[in-house]
Parts: sequence; C-alpha cells; structure tokens
Amino acid sequence: MSDVLAVLEQREGALRKVSSEVVTGARRLADGLVGRVEALVLAAGSVQGIDHLGGFGADQVVTLTNGAFGRYAPEAYTRVIADRAQAGGYRAVVFAASATGRDLAPRVAARLGVGLAQDVTDVAVEGGAVTVIRPVYAGKALLKLTLTATPAIVSLRPNVFTPVQRPKAGSAETVAVHAPAGRVVVTAIKAAAAGTLDVAEAPIVISGGRGLKEPANFKVLEELAAAFGGRAAVGASRAVVDAGWRPHADQVGQTGKTVSPTLYIAVGISGAIQHLAGMRTSKVIVAINKDKDAPIFKVADYGVVGDLFEVVPRLTEEIKKLHG
Amino acid sequence: MKIAVCIKRVPDSETRVKIASDGKSLDEAGVKFILNPYDEFAVEEALRRKEQAGAGEVVIVTVGSAAAQETIRTALAMGADRGILLQTDKIPADGLEVARALAAEVKDSGYDLILFGKMAIDDYNHQVGPMVAELLDLPCVTAIAHLEIGGGKGTAEREIEGGVELVEFPLPAVLTADKGLNEPRYPALKGIMAAKKKPLQVKPATLGAGGLEVLALTPPPQRKEGRVVGEGPAAVLELLRLLREEAKVL
Repeated sequence: MSDVLAVLEQREGALRKVSSEVVTGARRLADGLVGRVEALVLAAGSVQGIDHLGGFGADQVVTLTNGAFGRYAPEAYTRVIADRAQAGGYRAVVFAASATGRDLAPRVAARLGVGLAQDVTDVAVEGGAVTVIRPVYAGKALLKLTLTATPAIVSLRPNVFTPVQRPKAGSAETVAVHAPAGRVVVTAIKAAAAGTLDVAEAPIVISGGRGLKEPANFKVLEELAAAFGGRAAVGASRAVVDAGWRPHADQVGQTGKTVSPTLYIAVGISGAIQHLAGMRTSKVIVAINKDKDAPIFKVADYGVVGDLFEVVPRLTEEIKKLHG
Repeated sequence: MKIAVCIKRVPDSETRVKIASDGKSLDEAGVKFILNPYDEFAVEEALRRKEQAGAGEVVIVTVGSAAAQETIRTALAMGADRGILLQTDKIPADGLEVARALAAEVKDSGYDLILFGKMAIDDYNHQVGPMVAELLDLPCVTAIAHLEIGGGKGTAEREIEGGVELVEFPLPAVLTADKGLNEPRYPALKGIMAAKKKPLQVKPATLGAGGLEVLALTPPPQRKEGRVVGEGPAAVLELLRLLREEAKVL
C-alpha cells in the first residue's frame, strides 16, 4: 500500500514530454512512502520513449494496449485505469494536468470515490500523508491540502516538476487489455502546424500584448521564438486574443492557459492580474515594455524599458549568435 | 431541450486576497463576488440551445451559501427559467463532495444536457463536471470550444496541446465550456426585472465527509524584487548576461 501509479500520455505512439515529469512527481511521493513507481501508458501498440523512464525513477513501465487506445478514449481509459488502481492497491495515482489529464483524473477519482487535487505545483509526504500545494485565486494564494482517502489522486502542472535522474529498473511489460466501447469518441485530431509547440508545454514562452500594435507585428516575436531553435512558443495576452489577433489556444492568463516555462518573456504586455494568473509560476520572467510603470515590471525578474520594435530584433540577433 | 447549468459564485479575479484568521480560507469581507466567467459560457450555450429548439427549460443549479441566490439571479437575468440553490455555509474543498450534491439533484430529472464551466476561477479545481458525469454514468466532454447538436447526438471540439480534438457523443450528456464557445450576453434591464420573479428553490445541500482537507492558505512566495536592466536595445547584452550567468536559463 505504498506504491505509486504514474499515468503517462502518448500521442501517435510517442510518449509525451510531460510523462517524465509525471514519473518525477510520482518518484518523489514513492520515496516518501517507501514504495515503488509503476508507470502506466495506454496505447494502440508499442510506445516510443518509455525506455528512458527508468532513469527518472520508474521501477516498472506497463503498456496497456487496445486498438481503441490510439487516441484518448475517455470512458475506456477511465475504466481501465480505475480498475488497475484498485487492483494494485496503490497509495497514490499521479496524472499530468494536461488537456487529457485534467479530463481523465476527475473521472478516475469519481469512479474510485476519492478526492482529487488538480494542477498541483508541489507534492510531498508528511507523517505518512500525501500533501500538495495548489495555486488558487489567480495565483494570489497557495492552498496546502492533504489527501485523506486512498489512493490519493493528483495531477501535476506541466513544466513544474523538472525531471531528475533517479535511476531505477524501469522494466517494461506490455499487456493487451479488453476495454468497453465508449459512448464518447474522439473522431479526429486537427493538429496545429507541424513543429509548433504549445504554450502550456514550451520551456520558453514569448508573449505579446497590445504593445505589438497590430497582428502582423507578431512576426517579431515569432522570429525571436525561432531563434531559440524550436524550444520557444509564442503566447498572447487576453486583449489581443479578444481582438482576434491571435487564437485562443495561444492565450496566457486566467481565461487562457496557465504556463510555467523556464523563461517567460512578456513583450508589450502591461501585466493585468488576469495575465499574471497564467504565468506567475514561470521560473524567470523578462518584461519588455515602453512604459516603465507597467505592473509587469513588478513581477519581472529582469525588465527592459524601451520600444519593443527596437529591443526584440536586437535580442533575436544576439540569441541567434548564441545558438549559431 | 431541458438543460441544467451548474454554476458557482466566485470572488472577482481583481479581488485583493486577504487570508482569514483561520489561516485556511479567504477573508470575504469587502470581496466582490461574480458568476464564474466560464459558467457564463455554459449559461449562454444553454439559452441558445433552448432558443434553437424553440422549447425547453434552462435550470440553474448551484452549491453555495445563501448569498449565491444573487449569482443565480444573474443567470436568470440572462434568460434562464428557474434556479435551485443547494445551500451550505461552506463549499467543500473536495470537488467530489460538490459533484455528489449536484449529481443527486440533477439525477432522473430528464435533462438532455448538463452544462458546466470548465473550471471555477477561484479554486481552479477543474473537476466537478466530469465527476458528475461519472457519478451519473453519462457521456462527458470537457473544455469544449465548439458544439453542434442534432438528432440526439452532438459533436464538440476541445483544445489539446498543439491541436484540437473532434469528439462525438450521444445525449443526454455532461459538457464543460471553455472560452470561445460563444459570446455570453449581458443581462438587459428587462431580464433583470423578470429574474426577480422567477422561481428559485432553496434546499440544504447533502454533503458527506470529503477526501481533501485544507491545511493552510498562504500568500505566494514574493518573487525576488525584479530590476530594470536598462533602457532600449543597449540593455540587451546585459539582459543576456544575466539570463546566462545569474538566472542560468540560457
């Protein structure tokens, strides 16, 4: 009763990056509970990338296969994971607070009749109990909770649990499973342009606001993102999304996405509370704004006061040199 | 079309957060409360579906304190038909407890759709909708940004990382609304006047013991006082040096 189940994600047979973060969070709990980490991935066939998971602390990696598991199948996934969680007698079940995890974790929790702490930024074991920290009230307060039921179910905010090397056996096993046909069916995935990173998962996010003046000027930010060599995504403030300059998928903030990149660069964004709610857990924040009194400078680690159309291209040039 | 919309009364996001003397909750003195913005999308969608069908009923359901009647009236002013308040002094930290109370209320009431906002902006719990679906064994799609309904089934779009999932489901179903689903209407004066006379039933919420216990609510750690590196493009080299040598992120 001290083992931890880490529920991973794949897309088109490749393990998603957030999976190593889930194993890292699960390992932290398992160390506190003196238990093992079983990593679980549901897929249509074999999954690429699972052989690295032992390095992050997975004792075992189990792939459950079914023809219907290629895409997210909410009802079948719920049934199979809940059954596994129950049969294995786990003390905790860890998900990613991704689009899939945020949908799946509540279903599994309800099916098991236990509580769920969603989108947590820290997990620990204190006196044998699983505790978590979650940002609430637009990030203006942190809620510390203990999960009293077993299994304790948590989902981890992406990009917060930096994967650490913690070698374990990571022995792989594949089991074909039966699953009920679900009523809810994902019939297709319309993918964004190849190579675009999602702002919620990119290690570097460069966001633009009204200071960009017009939609075409986002090119300046896209060029900076490109200079980081595929590690950066371009985000947007609510004002420019509401104005139709950028898609909602790119919006960072309370009514958009919550991001925690290693580096967040806010360009021409004043820093309204609704924006800060979505990015204040970023590791390092840089602000570029011509208004030296903009609230964004209060949360920025480093600020540059100036015309973004002069500062950003210069920054792009220098980043290119670094990566060149 | 009979539609239930489950809403929540939440502090306005501009609220200054002051922690109550118990060290575990928000000091509500002076706090302005609003209808959760994601729930507005759900209310709007319900109203449009009823209008489209030409007949039906939109019922607002919430778990909350007596003050949540005001929030229900806001939704009624938008055009919903009646409200149900499942009253409790304190909304539990455990979303499953809220889900159980709501599920017991909407069960077997003939709803074609049960709508939610994808999350509440106060606790970011992001869970009550799909929990209700699971408890009632209903199909569920969360965080939808587009919806089409016809012939007893629906198609929805939900955003995932780097793409959009197209999802099909039969009715009755539970759906949670994301931004982009629609543009919520503002209550007109006529609607506000009419809302005062619409039925609002108050009954005690049946809540059990939850699986989550709040240990503490604390202010977030202060970010280290930021500094302005310099002005204009001349500051770029110093910024890069700091990102490399001090912050070590490049």
